[in-house]
Amino acid sequence: MTTGWRHFHHMADIGVHGFGPRLAVAFEQAAVALTAVITDPDQVVQREAVEVACSAPDPELLLVDWLNAWVYEMAVRRMLFSRFEVTLADGGLRGTGWGEPLDLERHRPAVEVKGATYTELGVWQDGDGIWHAQCVVDV
Amino acid sequence: MNLSRLERLSDTLWRIAPRGPMRVPGLLFADEGLLRDMDDKVYEQLCNVASLPGIVEAAYAMPDAHWGYGFPIGGVAAFDPDEGGVISAGGVGFDIACGVRTLHTGLKLRDVEALKTRLAEHLYRHIPAGVGSRGTLRLNAREMDAMLSGGARWAVARGFGTEADLQRTEERGCAAGAEPDQVSEHAKERQRDEMGTLGSGNHYLEVQKVAAVHDRTAAAAYGLAEGDVVVSIHCGSRGLGHQIGTDYLKRMVVAAERHGITLPDRELACAPLDSDLGRAYLGAMRAGINCALANRQILTHLARHAFADVLPEARLSLLFDVSHNTCKEEEHLVDGRRRRLFVHRKGATRAFGPGHPSLPAELRAAGQPVIIGGSMGTASYILAGGVAEQACPSATRHAFASACHGAGRSMSRHQATRRWQGRAIVDELAGRGILIRSPSLRGVAEEAPGAYKDVSAVVDAAAAAGLATKVARLEPLVCIKG
Repeated sequence: MTTGWRHFHHMADIGVHGFGPRLAVAFEQAAVALTAVITDPDQVVQREAVEVACSAPDPELLLVDWLNAWVYEMAVRRMLFSRFEVTLADGGLRGTGWGEPLDLERHRPAVEVKGATYTELGVWQDGDGIWHAQCVVDV
Repeated sequence: MNLSRLERLSDTLWRIAPRGPMRVPGLLFADEGLLRDMDDKVYEQLCNVASLPGIVEAAYAMPDAHWGYGFPIGGVAAFDPDEGGVISAGGVGFDIACGVRTLHTGLKLRDVEALKTRLAEHLYRHIPAGVGSRGTLRLNAREMDAMLSGGARWAVARGFGTEADLQRTEERGCAAGAEPDQVSEHAKERQRDEMGTLGSGNHYLEVQKVAAVHDRTAAAAYGLAEGDVVVSIHCGSRGLGHQIGTDYLKRMVVAAERHGITLPDRELACAPLDSDLGRAYLGAMRAGINCALANRQILTHLARHAFADVLPEARLSLLFDVSHNTCKEEEHLVDGRRRRLFVHRKGATRAFGPGHPSLPAELRAAGQPVIIGGSMGTASYILAGGVAEQACPSATRHAFASACHGAGRSMSRHQATRRWQGRAIVDELAGRGILIRSPSLRGVAEEAPGAYKDVSAVVDAAAAAGLATKVARLEPLVCIKG
């Protein structure tokens, strides 16, 4: 599989990891992994679109900004998102997330995310050309 | 943790000798068993903290220390602004002034037993808990700034408590020097309708019984006796504090080079106390502290209402309120010299010893109450700050008057959900007379009691090290879990 996401072990919190054939896809998948900390992404209907824009001096800080943009949108809109699209531009990105308002009965959210952190933060391309983007999120 | 790299100073104090960029040693307060189970990352992070500019005496780890963000959770470090000392957003943590308060109820176990289920339902209805929960309060821009400046004092002025509550809160309920203007609009937006909410994760409101008294004199001073029913609330500064952490972590990382600071780990992001960014964070962080104090005060008010419906004879009066994610400006004796320092406590509780002038008169002889939250379904402890300052002229032996804060996880959330089911945990605890009310069964599984260290071992190590003395052990009756 060349596109996807996973969680990785961290004692107090949870690591989110996205991967894909392009850097933008790795970012998109990392955001799905973020949602999966809270609920099963398959349970989140893609009903509404929300747009965000981020800028940062390097790809790693950009990843943290990107994930924190969704932490913020989820908190203030009381929404969850299950699909993301990223367009990278010089020093930043524009992104869209599709989701719906939080439904306690259906989504059964486990925990809210306080913020994405710089712990185990990495953005890299492996020997097979696959892009990876990961960090630990504080819950 | 590999102990061969540590020098054993006593059964509960271990030293990392300074090497490489370390400016001071690392000191760990823990017994051998806790140390062996401790993550090697704690060692690494302690060495990194010991390398930061202006650090005084040592970088400390409490008995419950574990791998955190830059600083270990359960870490203490003091910095001198006159020696290039820094302030670190990672050294405070995302949940600024997360903490615990414990309230007396004036009730005994026998008064509560028969009405426990009704009390649990009422509390669950009154206390907004879990992901996406909202408070009943909506703050406009002016009230938001008033809350960020006033803390629990603001909450009491709005009718959410009494003057007596403030006397039993650190800094009398208000961190001075808060600057709401240094808090971003994003942070304020996240808080707009989150006042008086518990949050999720390891946050809770518990009704507890005093199961054992370890120190009769201190317990009497604190008004605690075996069989008493108390209420403990564990939560923090909600979305506002989290966003302040996020905002300033990035600003400090980006500015580190300009400030001439080399970061071995970006999570150590910090700024000189004597810099615009350092002062801005200090003002914002103090606003975050006030948000947490106001939040716990409003939750106290809600708990009083819930109790009044079920047990009208209850009188919920505050024993004490402590914050365990902070940076505070304090005076300490270092080698006999009084110095003004900024003490970071990340997952560590301030623990002023007997006689400290900041304590309310009636608590002064016993020392500051130090509240140690356990995990859901296990015990919590009330300790007393251990060392009178005049008895200990150097900060080395008491980590600038600090103690542990809780049990600390021993297993990740992922491991916990693979091992336990939320429903089974709720049923098992109910069988032992502990009622859990939570909007999330997965959240309950992630917070399974077995996923935490033994809080008693942590507390025993803190007591053996002289950081604090054991006063009373609390056991849960009802737990409202976020």
